[in-house]
Amino acid sequence: MIKYLVSRLLWLPVVLWAVASLTFLALRLVPGTPIDFVASQNLTTAQIALYKAEWGLNQPLWLQYLSFLSDLVRGHLGNSMSSAVPVKTLLIDRIPPTMELAISAMIISTIVGLGAGIISSTTNSKLVDYSARIFSILGLSVPWFWMAIVLIIIFAVKLGWLPVGGQLDPGTDYKTITHFMLLDAILTGNWSLLGITLRHLALPALAIGLTSAGFVARLTRSAMLEVLRADYVRTARAKGLIERKVVINHALRNAILPVLTLQGLQFGSLLGGAVITELVFSWPGMGRLLLDGVTQRDYPVVQAAVIFIAFIYVLANLFVDLLYHLVDPRLRAG
Amino acid sequence: METTESLRSLSTEGKDMARTVSRDSEVNQFEDGAPVELRIPWSRRFVRFVRKNDVTMIGATFLFLVVFGAIFAGQLTPYSPTALTLHDRLLSPSLAHPFGTDEFGRDLFTRILFGARSVLFSSISSVLIALVVGGGIGTAGGFWGGKLDVVLMRVMDVMLSFPAILLAILIVASLGAGLVNSIFAIAFSMIPVFARLVRSVVLVLVRQDYVMASTSLGGGSRWIILKHIFPNMIPPIIVQATAMLAIAISYASALNFIGLGVQPPTPDWGQMISDGERLIFDAPFVPFFPGLAITLTVLSANLVGDGLRDLLDPMLRNR
Repeated sequence: MIKYLVSRLLWLPVVLWAVASLTFLALRLVPGTPIDFVASQNLTTAQIALYKAEWGLNQPLWLQYLSFLSDLVRGHLGNSMSSAVPVKTLLIDRIPPTMELAISAMIISTIVGLGAGIISSTTNSKLVDYSARIFSILGLSVPWFWMAIVLIIIFAVKLGWLPVGGQLDPGTDYKTITHFMLLDAILTGNWSLLGITLRHLALPALAIGLTSAGFVARLTRSAMLEVLRADYVRTARAKGLIERKVVINHALRNAILPVLTLQGLQFGSLLGGAVITELVFSWPGMGRLLLDGVTQRDYPVVQAAVIFIAFIYVLANLFVDLLYHLVDPRLRAG
Repeated sequence: METTESLRSLSTEGKDMARTVSRDSEVNQFEDGAPVELRIPWSRRFVRFVRKNDVTMIGATFLFLVVFGAIFAGQLTPYSPTALTLHDRLLSPSLAHPFGTDEFGRDLFTRILFGARSVLFSSISSVLIALVVGGGIGTAGGFWGGKLDVVLMRVMDVMLSFPAILLAILIVASLGAGLVNSIFAIAFSMIPVFARLVRSVVLVLVRQDYVMASTSLGGGSRWIILKHIFPNMIPPIIVQATAMLAIAISYASALNFIGLGVQPPTPDWGQMISDGERLIFDAPFVPFFPGLAITLTVLSANLVGDGLRDLLDPMLRNR
């Protein structure tokens, strides 16, 4: 167990190094430097040379790479090339909204997906089973951004129940403490702020959560069907346990393992989904930051954002592996 | 040279013999009361499959309609996908314009038909590229094993340790927006999936008796890969490729939605949604129909993929 954990932890820096190098190269292999985007006004060659020298763009590529790596290791993320704001500040502003969104979507997708999967695998009604299966296959076929737009049309435009976008009502009095708005609202006991935050969070989280719930429901259903035929489930029923206990304590506990793995892998695509869905809801997260950074070739911003996302992704998978060991006692001995 | 040739023919003969033997044993099994399934020819099994799997057939039919609509888009509609007719702008759906018109008066149904071209082209070609490259990597790793395998699979692990859609965004953003670049980006992000699948299939196949027999009879690597490995890889690859097609369509649409894929005036579904996004208050049907087209196409690909898996994966058959 510990040996396994150590080998997984050692793998982490390797992945981060590879992702960092890939990002570094991808941004620089192609013509088009940040100067092309900064230079909206006519700059003289001298000014351009000065700019390049300031950002180290006149150095050979390998030297840029080395200084990039050494900065990264020491945690120096530099400043944004387009706005001169420290990248750290940008990340501290933009990461929490995206994480809040991705985690809420994850919760929705787990609850809805597990629920639909359990219902469709245990029901006697063909109609219920079919509806749950149609829901799940529709879920994994709908593109996030379109789901987002349809939800906006229904709940914001036609019904007017929820706001169209943004993270707060205009003019809301809010000073950040942790940068996580939900957490702030709960910590300060500011319930009206909590309400406003939740109302804004609802649609984007649903858009991402419901689409990824489809995968969860499908996997849960097939895993449950497999497990429900196992001998120990028959034994549990034979000794007279009520069906609810059989399903939850005996079947689900075993069926949930593949679902856990899936959710670990899904967290990455949820982050990806969040990045795209954020654009539709003008959510002030990583999505806009990353895309603007990419189109403006703002090297430091893109590198930091990409490395951060890879870091979270690898961490999520590591976490799932550890959870696996907790849920499945068979793995603990090994 | 001659000896190897004869050895090769010997080895194929051996395989044929093995086949006959197993066929006989199937007949015996049948007489012993084994499943009838084994004796039914593939063609009849297919017909029965079609009857039993109406859902798969609905998916296949819809996919066929999309392909048909994309090819004959010019003949199927009187309108142009790009010409501006400003006095017809934002018409609600009607008989003349079944899906309505956009803010430039272009018929949405026409644009969806023409848009199917770029969607199909980019998704199919990116899956094919990923299949060939990933399949090559997987075959090499699984067949030769050793250090090569370790290195290749570690590289695949790194690629997998990054969300595929973000990888695609990053690549296409650095190469520059456009159809070809977006195809490369999507293909690149899907390579590890195929590499891992093919590697796992190859690992099983190289341990099969007929492969060992062929090796001991002097069959070279190329011979074994082409003659024994590739044909047996086809079923799982078809299943995976159909599933990846569904994913490729959503990725292509996502890239087009954020403006990194097909450039206007070429019509495309994802791009039509992002153009229609600002019209949600006045004409919600403008972003609605292209998204419906994406959803139904991806859904059909998923349904067909599920059906093919049931048909080709003997483990799941008759479940």
